[in-house]
Amino acid sequence: MNTESIYQLEAIQQRYGERLVLDIPSLQIERGELLALVGPSGAGKSTLLRILNFLETPTQGQLRFAGHTLGSRVPLELQRRVTTVFQRPALLSGSVLDNVAYGLRLRRHPQVRERAREALAAVGLGHLARAAAHTLSGGEAQRVALARALVITPDVLLLDEPTANLDPANVAAIERTVAEAHRRGTTIMLVTHNIFQARRLAQRVALMLDGRIIELAPTETFFETPHDPRTTAFIKGDMLY
Amino acid sequence: MNYWQEAINLLVGGNSDVWAIIILSLQVSGVALLISAIIGVPLGSLIGLHTFPGRQLVIAIVYTGMGFPPVVIGLAVFLLLSRSGPLGFLGWLFTPSAMVLAQVILALPLVIGFTMSAVLAVDPALRTQIRALGASPTQTTLAMLWEARVGVLVALIAGFGGIISEVGAVMLVGGNIQGSTRVLTTAIVLETRKGAFDVAIALALVLLGITFVINLALLQLQGTLLKAKQ
Ligand SMILES: Nc1ncnc2c1ncn2[C@@H]1O[C@H](COP(=O)(O)OP(=O)(O)OP(=O)(O)O)[C@@H](O)[C@H]1O
Ligand SMILES: [Mg+2]
Repeated sequence: MNTESIYQLEAIQQRYGERLVLDIPSLQIERGELLALVGPSGAGKSTLLRILNFLETPTQGQLRFAGHTLGSRVPLELQRRVTTVFQRPALLSGSVLDNVAYGLRLRRHPQVRERAREALAAVGLGHLARAAAHTLSGGEAQRVALARALVITPDVLLLDEPTANLDPANVAAIERTVAEAHRRGTTIMLVTHNIFQARRLAQRVALMLDGRIIELAPTETFFETPHDPRTTAFIKGDMLY
Repeated sequence: MNYWQEAINLLVGGNSDVWAIIILSLQVSGVALLISAIIGVPLGSLIGLHTFPGRQLVIAIVYTGMGFPPVVIGLAVFLLLSRSGPLGFLGWLFTPSAMVLAQVILALPLVIGFTMSAVLAVDPALRTQIRALGASPTQTTLAMLWEARVGVLVALIAGFGGIISEVGAVMLVGGNIQGSTRVLTTAIVLETRKGAFDVAIALALVLLGITFVINLALLQLQGTLLKAKQ
């Protein structure tokens, strides 16, 4: 069972009303890989992440995760093995430490405080533990969101443009933490608008256009000898996004 | 014009009739609020956070209930509890139970309606994030209620303010019986009619004090809300 891909998508489609926003005939995500997903705005990247985190049920198709075929009701134990850091960090009211501790509390973890403190220190924000969450800057909030996701040691971490609008120092801090989580064996899907970031971090890169994955290749191949001319155009930055 | 002095004396001197009325008022409205909270807070968050067939209709009914004339509720409860009514066998008419029932019907739409708008005001992205962190449906609802806590408290206070100061419904179903169903509002009506202005003023002062404290608490909460939103 362990050699099986962690996700297997088969003929997945997502429609909002009449509009088809996602159309994926087949996709495998391997255990422990770091897969980057790039593509212009509105391509359907966030929609795919919501489906992979079981926050939405696709209109059609089959989704397998960790050997289970999933319907509209996903068992909580499976749901809890995946988490997302969203494009816009949404923090709970309360302190920074409360936020990082939240996922552990939900799981009735025996060492909530200690683990939360460690996770916060790992993103370089140990000194802000007692600060009110709403006082944080954008970059700090995004790092707290990342710590809050990592502290629950998910099997799969979904990242939706975690470094958008951040300064270089914050970007570096987040990339370091993501690379570390990957080294520990976490499966990661990273949505990014920054192709250099994809190149730095990913083992495989996928390009999504209008809800379809038009190229999926090992990072080197993706950038050096892409199959689709639209990929070349996208890499060269000719494509509007 | 010594009514004011008399009124103060009645209160400070611990006149047992006056204090019995005050305590009954607080008991009836307190129990009614508790029941309304137990039913109304979960229901309000359910309606606010979930889509289901007939949701619009339910919301319309709640909003109608929030502005319903209390005396009409009183009449309905009266007919319900009267000897030949469907709940006549309970024997509740002209007892505090009847007043609690009427007040629950009055407060419930307020608690549901305000709770609903409180949870609706919480950023929907936060709810998605809470679920993505592994919260069960119940844990998600609890977290949303916690985020909306100031609004939920406002819901409870609005419900209490609505029923403690209401006179028509409790008059109809309670009957304003001395020592058994006489509460602040109905007693004020009666004492004023009798010309016992000292007692009426004493009771009015207490009622005013209670509503003042409620409003003060509301203001305080609004301040907290504003601070939290910064
Ligand atoms: N709940 C929804 N209802 C209707 N349409 C939606 C919904 N969510 C997303 N869409 C539409 O689906 C398409 C894909 O959206 P999505 O957010 O997945 O794009 P994206 O690739 O993440 O874009 P961006 O890079 O700007 O974040 C968009 O056209 C969007 O308008
Ligand atoms: Mg997006």
